[in-house]
Parts: sequence; C-alpha cells; structure tokens
Amino acid sequence: MSHEHVSNTKRIWTVFGILSVITIVEVIFGIIKPEALHMNNFLGLNLLNWLFIILTIVKAYYIVYAFMHMEGEKSNLRNAVIMPLIFLVIYLLFILLTEGNYIFEVFKDSTIKWNF
Amino acid sequence: MDTVTTANSGEKTWGGGNEPMGSSYGKLMMWFFILSDALTFSGFLAAYGFSRFKFIETWPLADEVFTHFPFMHGVSAPMYYVAFMTFILIFSSVTMVLAVDAGHQLKKQKVTIYLFLTIVGGLIFVGSQAWEWKNFIKGEYGAIETTGGSLLQFVDKEGHRVALADFAATLPEEREQLTKDKGKWFMEEAALPTYSVAEVQAGFKAHPDLLIRTEVIDANKKKTILSREESEKRLTQATLVVEGANLTRNEYGSKLFADFFFFITGFHGFHVFSGVVINIIIFFNVLVGTYEKRRSYEMVEKVGLYWHFVDLVWVFVFTVFYLV
Repeated sequence: MSHEHVSNTKRIWTVFGILSVITIVEVIFGIIKPEALHMNNFLGLNLLNWLFIILTIVKAYYIVYAFMHMEGEKSNLRNAVIMPLIFLVIYLLFILLTEGNYIFEVFKDSTIKWNF
Repeated sequence: MDTVTTANSGEKTWGGGNEPMGSSYGKLMMWFFILSDALTFSGFLAAYGFSRFKFIETWPLADEVFTHFPFMHGVSAPMYYVAFMTFILIFSSVTMVLAVDAGHQLKKQKVTIYLFLTIVGGLIFVGSQAWEWKNFIKGEYGAIETTGGSLLQFVDKEGHRVALADFAATLPEEREQLTKDKGKWFMEEAALPTYSVAEVQAGFKAHPDLLIRTEVIDANKKKTILSREESEKRLTQATLVVEGANLTRNEYGSKLFADFFFFITGFHGFHVFSGVVINIIIFFNVLVGTYEKRRSYEMVEKVGLYWHFVDLVWVFVFTVFYLV
C-alpha cells in the first residue's frame, strides 16, 4: 500500500541483487555470444537478442514495480499507466520494423543501389 | 443530496482534497509525465530499429565500436565500461529508493545521506557518458568513404583493424582548409582530415599485406574482408577520409548509427542531467527542513519516480545500442 510506512529495505536490496545479476548475465552473454543462440533465428531475430530483450523487460518490471513502487498503487493507476504504453510500443515496433524490413528488401532485390 | 458515489464517500467530491486513483495530484501527474516521456523514448528507439532493419546487412557491430576502458589503452574491452555505467545508475536508483523509504519514516538524516549518494551517482554517470562520447567522436582507426557512400575500413592479414596513421604515406602536397575569410562569407568546409585520400591510397599500395573490410555482414555475422585485388579496386573509388564521428558521417559505418547514438544517448543524458539538478534542489530542501516541517517527504518520492524512470530508459538504451 502506498500509504504504509513500514521499511522496505530488505526488498530494495533483493531487487538490487536481481538487477545486478541480470546485468552481469547480459554482459557475459554479450561478450561470449554463444554460437547456439547467436546463429539461430526465431521470428527474424536471433535467440541471443530474444534473450537480451526478455531480460531487459524483466529488469524494467523490477524497476517499475519495486523501485517506483507500482505494486503498491491501485490497480486502475497501474493499468492507466502501463497498458497504453505496452499497447502503443508493441504497435509502433510492429509497423516500423515491418516497414524497415520491407525497405531493406526493396533495395536488396531491385536494381536501385543505395550504397555501393 | 449526494448523487455521486465515490470511494471517498465521506468527503466532498468537488471540494478538493480528493485523490483520484488513491494517489496525490503531484504523484499522479508525475506518473503521466513519465508515461508520455516513455512514449517519446519508445518513438526514438523504434526509429532506431526501423533504420537498423532498413540497413540490416551493413549496420555497425556495437562491440567493435565501444571498446574503450579508462587507463587501458589499445585493449579491446567491449561492454565493460557500459556495464559499469549501468551499475552506477542502478545503484543510484537504489540509494534513491532508500531515501524515499527513509522519508516515509521521517528520518531526515538518512534521507540527506541517500539523496547525496544519488546525486553523486548521477554525476558519475553523466561524466562517464561524456567520456564515452569523447571516444566515439575522436574515433580510433579512421576509414575511407567511396563515391557510392559506403565505408571501407582497413585490416591486416589476421583481420585485425589497422589505423590510417599506421600506413598512410606522406606526400608532398598541401591542402588548405577553406574558411570564411579565405573565400566568400558562405564558403566554409569542415576541418581537414589528417591524411588525404591520395596519401591513404599510396600507403595502401606500399603495404601489400593490408586488406579492405567492407560494411557488409557475412553469414558468420562478421564484416566481409575483400581479397587484395578487390581491395585495390575498391580503393580507387575513394573520395573522403573519415576520422571519428559527427552527425554527417562516421568511421564506424552507417551514417545513421552515429546520429541515433548522439540523439538518443544525448537525450537520455540530458534527462540524467536535469534529474541531477532536480535532485540537488530537493536535497537542499531536505537540508533546510522544508519536508520536516510538512511532516511529509512526498516530494522526494516524486523526484524519485523521475530518477527511476531515467534508470529505466537507460536499461533499454543499453540493450538496444550495446547488446542487440
């Protein structure tokens, strides 16, 4: 609850630990780039990148829910802030990345050369 | 005659003092400001994604661009420095949330210390970013741009990058930079690179073991290295020597890469900077006891929300620019 005044230091340090571990894992994977993940694709993106994106979203969840104390807010505030963001970002990414990929194919397959 | 039923039925709905969504006016507005700012950053990052997908085969590889670490010259250390920056920001987020927590219990001393640590963390982060920018702008190896606008980099037989300074010849030529006072008032050009195209070409001819690396990413997700004959042919199309990075061109590859880097990390850095300024103001308010008198440290909580948001954005910038 947002008006509760009990100390949360234990939870704060736990979340700090989680965020640190995730960052370290990301950095290790970013440096060694395991073949099995890096060379295999799923939905146009390699598995390593999927891993990074999922870990980032997990980190974002902890920052918003624990540090910004979203978990203590009322559910209508939670939904009013998070839902539009998630919906619009997914929509924007979908149209822009599809379009970017389309333009790439136009330059690749046609006789027009962009950069030579 | 109360016709409106709300959760706070005991209070007057229109008389003020009502808290929609159970959150004070200031906090609510901070949340919605954060929402709109998050959408702005999403727009920037999505635009980056668009350009990257558009040039997916020629986009620079991040771990070849950001390889510097303080006091370690010539050592390729990708990721470490930016991981350090991430830790600084996460840690300053932790001290911020500890300050908010101490504020709930009205412990002025603790709030002061934690807020101070948060400010220090923010300053270290902004400083680190400035250093990162400096390395990015200065560049390391230099490259050649062709008439078609693509970028050529130089490698030795083992595929290690070679800097222009290591092979470029010195020719008895002089080329003066055009400035306003030498031409008409509108005539100007950017600072001249250290070597001319002819000097790079002559140097390349004199070093038979050098090869050219193009921007194209091959099946092994490495940049393509041309054979010696192809390299010589490609180099005849050279028009410009590119050293470092600016908004027009950069030695790392796609021109848009540097633009997005400057714009997005710059916009984020500006947020961090404003966050530090706001934190400093609140820090002095805490010191003089403003919130002690109010018996509420909610202001710390509100700037805390903003500060965590800055951290949140960095988590995404970190992934998009350095990992993916």
